[in-house]
Amino acid sequence: MKQLLLGDEAIALGAINAGLSGVYAYPGTPSTEITEFIQTNKVARERGIHSRWCTNEKTAMEAALGMSYAGKRALVCMKHVGMNVCADAFVNSAITGVNGGLIVLAADDPSMHSSQNEQDSRFYGKFALIPVFEPSNQQEAYDMVASAFEMSESLKVPVLLRIVTRLAHSRAAVEVGELSAENALNPSTDQWVLLPGIARKKYVDLLEKQEAFQKASETSAYNKKESAGQKLGIVACGIGYNYVKENVGDNADILKVSQYPLSPKVIKAFAAEHECILVVEDGQPVVEEAIAGMVGADYAIKGRLTGDLPRTGELTPDSVAKALGKPAGPAFDNAKNLAGRPPQLCQGCGHRDVYTALNEVLAEYPDYRVFGDIGCYTLGALPPFKALSSCVDMGASITMAKGAADAGLFPAVAIIGDSTFTHSGMTGLLDAVNDKSNITVIISDNLTTGMTGGQDSAGTNKFEAICLGLGVEPEHVRVVVPLPKNMPEITRILKEEIEYNGVSVIIPRRECIQTAARHARERQKAKEANK
Amino acid sequence: MKKDIILCGVGGQGILSIATIIGEAATEAGINLKQAEVHGMSQRGGDVQSNLRLSTENIYSDLIPQGGADVVISMEPMEALRYLPYLAKTGTIVTSSKPFVNIPNYPDEAALMAELDSMPSVVKLDIESVAKDAGNARGANMVLLGMAAPFIEIITVEQLRKAISVIFARKGEAIVEANLKAFDCGVEASKK
Repeated sequence: MKQLLLGDEAIALGAINAGLSGVYAYPGTPSTEITEFIQTNKVARERGIHSRWCTNEKTAMEAALGMSYAGKRALVCMKHVGMNVCADAFVNSAITGVNGGLIVLAADDPSMHSSQNEQDSRFYGKFALIPVFEPSNQQEAYDMVASAFEMSESLKVPVLLRIVTRLAHSRAAVEVGELSAENALNPSTDQWVLLPGIARKKYVDLLEKQEAFQKASETSAYNKKESAGQKLGIVACGIGYNYVKENVGDNADILKVSQYPLSPKVIKAFAAEHECILVVEDGQPVVEEAIAGMVGADYAIKGRLTGDLPRTGELTPDSVAKALGKPAGPAFDNAKNLAGRPPQLCQGCGHRDVYTALNEVLAEYPDYRVFGDIGCYTLGALPPFKALSSCVDMGASITMAKGAADAGLFPAVAIIGDSTFTHSGMTGLLDAVNDKSNITVIISDNLTTGMTGGQDSAGTNKFEAICLGLGVEPEHVRVVVPLPKNMPEITRILKEEIEYNGVSVIIPRRECIQTAARHARERQKAKEANK
Repeated sequence: MKKDIILCGVGGQGILSIATIIGEAATEAGINLKQAEVHGMSQRGGDVQSNLRLSTENIYSDLIPQGGADVVISMEPMEALRYLPYLAKTGTIVTSSKPFVNIPNYPDEAALMAELDSMPSVVKLDIESVAKDAGNARGANMVLLGMAAPFIEIITVEQLRKAISVIFARKGEAIVEANLKAFDCGVEASKK
């Protein structure tokens, strides 16, 4: 049966049908819809497949590894930068190996549609020495989940599934297969204690598996060669294959790469058959660099490093056409009457009231800095608020404010959302408490993970207790309701806490207006159903 | 046969509902489809677009090449202009004529309209007023879809009507009827 599915949904359904027992994830564009699909899927609910959101990508990765240890199939999903958060567990999971199938799904965001960088997760696969799958379309995304689980179990290794925004958020018809049974509980009896003496041996085991990984790539149904007798050989990775086919149809020599590690044998043979190679890959020049190391310095390789394709940003049919030497067709010029329309905080959003109050209070301090964090409230950096000096990574607001305060900066203010605080802010707050750093932390609590569409936030109803537990003094944990009518109270409290020489936490709390509207609709519906 | 369509507007205006209906109609008609959407940050009041590709042949790229879109369907006039480089020389713009101003540097409205009118093939209409007159103030996107329907060609107007019935079925008969009425108003307007 064919179903119209987003790339993300194809992966989710592929996982359920492959006998998944648990998905572990923290929301992050463009990966969020995978977990959301599983949360609302009928079969997944009936089976009791774990799908509740995790506090961050590291807790997700470790829980998924634990499920694998117990013998069941687990999926851990994240956006590319989440790989940095879970890297410790991820890299070591290659050393422990797995029991039940374990897939790590990384959704990369070339062009940074909703991200801070363009890091390419295929590097992580190579770094951890594990196989990587990279689907070119929604059907492959669906099919690869079952293939990756099988490979993971047969070779006892986690498998990385790498997608990009364009696949994650594009819909196409997918032929859906049968539902498989879940694995039975069957805890591992292998050695998982990575003491140095054991880890050294396990690392050798992993290295010995590399030949099997390579063989799997060489015989993979997802990798194929198309020949048309051309001098140019095109290595097309993941969705790069689509842009090549869009431009040249069947009239090209293509080596389609959707499963890694790359095989030097295959690459060398392909190079020998052609005068020159063009590498078309979405993300960073991972394959381009690898091929350069396989074919010798004299061999001509074109790609992102040579400028034949743009060094940054996602591939497009147009950039690939240009790299293929295809002349651009007729098109209109850019319009003259056009202005940028950046995203902005919703009208009525509580974060707006927080920034209004903060800007008013800080106007009295010439040397203030506000360290921001990741979420809707990052939009406070844009006009009309222009309130932030930094936004780096999840949790960095508190720790950067602390470091700046250590250096003597005053006032050092951190602003962080509720979900980001539990993701990666709590440990930094403990550092600040232990150092009695002179910082003011604002946890702008909208009771949800807003930017990604309103997912449950791990710390809801627990923030005062968390702050007190970490040692913030009770009189310096203040809660306010961010509404225009409360402005005098909010500004007074902000000023008091900025003036306090130590750690203070202010929690402006009001539900996100998007989730509030959704909850109101749900209540109305429930009321009507009960009539 | 192929039809490449760019749907655009401002986050929250309901372009994904239009995409869903065209997607349903195409699937029902057995036409191949790829539909790239925008999720995440841009949905907060920023510019949003969806690349919708329909074809009787295999579709590779999720994105439409420059100069390739047969139709640009826009909930907002300036947003229609944003995708001019993607519009085919023979393509048509179907757009709301009413600016949505949520930025301080929105262009001069008269100049913007003049630029729109200078395009070879443009259909524009105050879809919000038409929807309101049809008694369905929230159905502006369905009016727009109706206006665009004759240009989609690869799917018939009747197939689109059926898809609206299917997609809104779970919201009840009244909602289905209201949306069909808004859609029909759009189809009529397009003929004028």
